[in-house]
Amino acid sequence: MSRIQTKFSELKAAGKTALVPYVTAGDPMPNATVELMHLMVEKGADMIELGVPFSDPMADGPVIQKAVERALEHHISLDDVLEFVRVFREKDVTTPIILMGYLNPIEAMGFEAFANAASSVGVDGVLTVDMPPEESQGYLPALDACGLDRIFLVSPTTPAQRLQAVNAKGSGFVYYVSLKGVTGSKQLDVASVTEHMGALQKTMQMPIGIGFGIRDGESAFEMAKLGDAVIIGSALVSLIEANESKGLYDIYLAIGEKMTEFRSAIDRADALTAQE
Amino acid sequence: MTVDFSKFPDEHGHFGPYGGIFAPETLMAALEQLNQEYESVKNSPEFLDELAQDLRDYVGRPTPLYLAKRWSEELGGAKIYLKREDLNHTGAHKVNNTIGQALLAKRLGKTRIIAETGAGQHGVASATVAARLGLECVVYMGADDVVRQAPNVARMKMLGATVVSVESGSRTLKDALNEAMRDWVTNVDDTFYIIGTVAGPHPYPAMVRDFQAVIGREAREQILEKEGKLPDALIACVGGGSNAIGLFHKFLPDESVQIYGVEPAGHGLETGEHAAPLCKGKPGVLHGNRTYLMQDEHGQILGTHSISAGLDYPGVGPEHSWLKDIGRVNYVAIDDEEALQGFRDLTRFEGIIPALESSHAIAYATKLAPTMSKDQVIIVNLSGRGDKDMNTICQIEGIEF
Ligand SMILES: Cc1ncc(COP(=O)(O)O)c(C=O)c1O
Repeated sequence: MSRIQTKFSELKAAGKTALVPYVTAGDPMPNATVELMHLMVEKGADMIELGVPFSDPMADGPVIQKAVERALEHHISLDDVLEFVRVFREKDVTTPIILMGYLNPIEAMGFEAFANAASSVGVDGVLTVDMPPEESQGYLPALDACGLDRIFLVSPTTPAQRLQAVNAKGSGFVYYVSLKGVTGSKQLDVASVTEHMGALQKTMQMPIGIGFGIRDGESAFEMAKLGDAVIIGSALVSLIEANESKGLYDIYLAIGEKMTEFRSAIDRADALTAQE
Repeated sequence: MTVDFSKFPDEHGHFGPYGGIFAPETLMAALEQLNQEYESVKNSPEFLDELAQDLRDYVGRPTPLYLAKRWSEELGGAKIYLKREDLNHTGAHKVNNTIGQALLAKRLGKTRIIAETGAGQHGVASATVAARLGLECVVYMGADDVVRQAPNVARMKMLGATVVSVESGSRTLKDALNEAMRDWVTNVDDTFYIIGTVAGPHPYPAMVRDFQAVIGREAREQILEKEGKLPDALIACVGGGSNAIGLFHKFLPDESVQIYGVEPAGHGLETGEHAAPLCKGKPGVLHGNRTYLMQDEHGQILGTHSISAGLDYPGVGPEHSWLKDIGRVNYVAIDDEEALQGFRDLTRFEGIIPALESSHAIAYATKLAPTMSKDQVIIVNLSGRGDKDMNTICQIEGIEF
């Protein structure tokens, strides 16, 4: 069993929903990333989604675009991202790490070289935003051969037969994009997520994470009642931008606080589910 | 060579290893819907009649194939014919495509049109068809291009479009495309994205090519009528590659025809400050397809430079990548200075002011024609007119505007 699968089965046994924060590697500066990852775990993260900076993040909203620009000012490459993971693993060998990014940096490294390097430093899964299952011949086998989970996005517009393809080709968990929009959009619609979740749970033979547009404890609470994992991106990343001028200490403080808000909201939802 | 060019792309949008659909999940269903709609109408007489009528009565097709006699004599080699896409309504080839895609938008019941634009010609052509159909239109344009193509920004606004100046990234065409994709992901239910070149995810590269292929169909008939034979060479500038593939496509099986695609060498291919992925780039994935890209060793897309906004793009349509690899088309480059000289030459010898994009093709003809004999024939695609470039040219030439 992969580290991601193990984590989900532990959480399931304990009746808990996973909290999965996102951070762009190298934002706001290279030496912050590993610190931030440990801090997130300390504040209740069950897994971490680590963003691989790409010059043209076409599925991301302004908050993550700016994070990527900050990281790229430091010329953060995929090699650097893997190095962050290696250093993180010196102190933490249990928290699953998922790389999230776009295909081109991976293609530039080469699928097999990437898969080998990623698994050897301790990456557990890869989510490639612009790589749908249809185009993934060659890529998925390379990930598979190294035991990396292949995480796909599904969205409110994904038709039923595509869900089947994701079910067949994905592993670890599936990432439900809770709205039509880019990361950081504002219009999370609980009723719509509830409606889609039914069909999704019937089709998917793996856990379902919900992300995009979860901004605060309240929305995390609602999503925790529906999914197996709650994924938080822009709401955390925006705190880096807001506190950048004050320095790293203030950034850590703000992110720690926000993580606590999400964790306790999710725990409340889990407690409620347990009662029912 | 025994390639059947009509069989490409395959049903998944692949031209050999290039093309495909590398899009965010939210768009996959919309792309499939567009693909099905396009497949169902592309050979239907009713759709083709409507398209042909619009091209004739609204756009002004067929465009002339004009023998540039004085300029050819000056160069002292091959006879040069210009395919006059600059005489289309709105002043460039771009409208051939927006007319076609607008018909599809209408069939799909979309009420809102979005577009990206570099030189502003595609933005104007999109705003034009939107005005004609009474659709809302939003055009994304890099902030740097908003400044250098100001006349087109004014035209788009007059036509009722909203022009969004894109400040992110390199503030040029690629960033406008990113922003248009983000809009589409968000508003996919009611919005039709009119991509302006033969790039993007399948079916765009094939569909835009088919709409632009009218250029080459006309040119082939016209040259056979005028010269009684096929041309010896074709030349077109390549940004995303739509005017080029439009001219080339009908001629691809004609093995005697040498074909040249001209990329912008900017300050020079060796300086790194250019926008010539086919001459200097490597294959990768951007904006929904696999193709040659300008990128660094880590797969980050590089900033580009060209004097012409419409060519200032780090990628290129996937069909061109394939045509390069199989050796059917030669891709060459012309720098800013050479393009400016081409601009001056055509203006002074023929009384035709070309777009800076098209001036790259003109400049290559000034190199190629003298190496050929007087009974040989070149067709240059004059993709657009130069009115939009008055700001840039006046600044360079010291003319008060
Ligand atoms: C007149 C003209 N020619 C050429 C181009 C380049 O586009 P493509 O390579 O798709 O023809 C443009 C783009 O804006 C243009 O306006």
